[in-house]
Amino acid sequence: MNQSASRLTIRSQYDADGPVVTLAGEVDLRSSPQLREALLEILEQRPARLVIDLSGVEYMDSSGVGTMVEVKRRVERDGGRIILAGLQPRVRSVFEITQLDRFFEIRRDVDEATER
Amino acid sequence: MSTPAPGRDPLELELLSDTALLPGVRKTLRDWSVTHGWTPEQAGEIALAVDEALSNVIRHGYGYDRTQRIVLSVRSICDSVQGEGLEIRIRDFGKQVDPLLICGRDLADVRPGGLGVHIIRAMMSSVEYACAEGGGMLLVMRKFKLHRITQPGTHGP
Repeated sequence: MNQSASRLTIRSQYDADGPVVTLAGEVDLRSSPQLREALLEILEQRPARLVIDLSGVEYMDSSGVGTMVEVKRRVERDGGRIILAGLQPRVRSVFEITQLDRFFEIRRDVDEATER
Repeated sequence: MSTPAPGRDPLELELLSDTALLPGVRKTLRDWSVTHGWTPEQAGEIALAVDEALSNVIRHGYGYDRTQRIVLSVRSICDSVQGEGLEIRIRDFGKQVDPLLICGRDLADVRPGGLGVHIIRAMMSSVEYACAEGGGMLLVMRKFKLHRITQPGTHGP
């Protein structure tokens, strides 16, 4: 079985209300520490609103979902708000099975997430 | 009673407990499943359940030691009531845990961790953990083609 390099890319940009983080690839036990580190670094700025664009994420397991829970806790601790956008059906299903679709603010896409 | 389905190739993999191998395992499982008549959606569910199970072994059984052994096998089965399906066996040689304690966390208690077991049970028709003879754990999961993803609290034992 071949090993593979990280299959997750993380990009961030900012609009007037805060960061929009765009993920692409797969979030699993291998890549979720990288994701956690990147998001916690962004949170050091204590954004009022963090949007995570998941439209490019083809796969997410419980380690990725757990990372999202931790990040949400931290954002809210600092008085901010986190919005997940663009979940593909397979990723959305993981949130539904774990009942976290009720816990997160989820929007169809980034445009809807960043609407004022 | 489930019996092996004749004329189908079993899949047998011996792996190291290294997270770098997980993407390749998922792809292998998806490909094998589609080749054996599962839909792409079902193949994704199978790959997710196995990924979660292997992640649990790596995390809890081996404490992220990347050098340990895991044996994974998949075979087609046929049940007189539930029809065609597959059986996945995952054998590790790590820490043993009382199978009754492997239940995942209360989903109402929202926090990171403890979600993998819920995902596995939702994806699979049956899930059985056992302490293996000689050390480690044996996980046997079965999924039938008629199985539909269940919501937490509605899955079987």
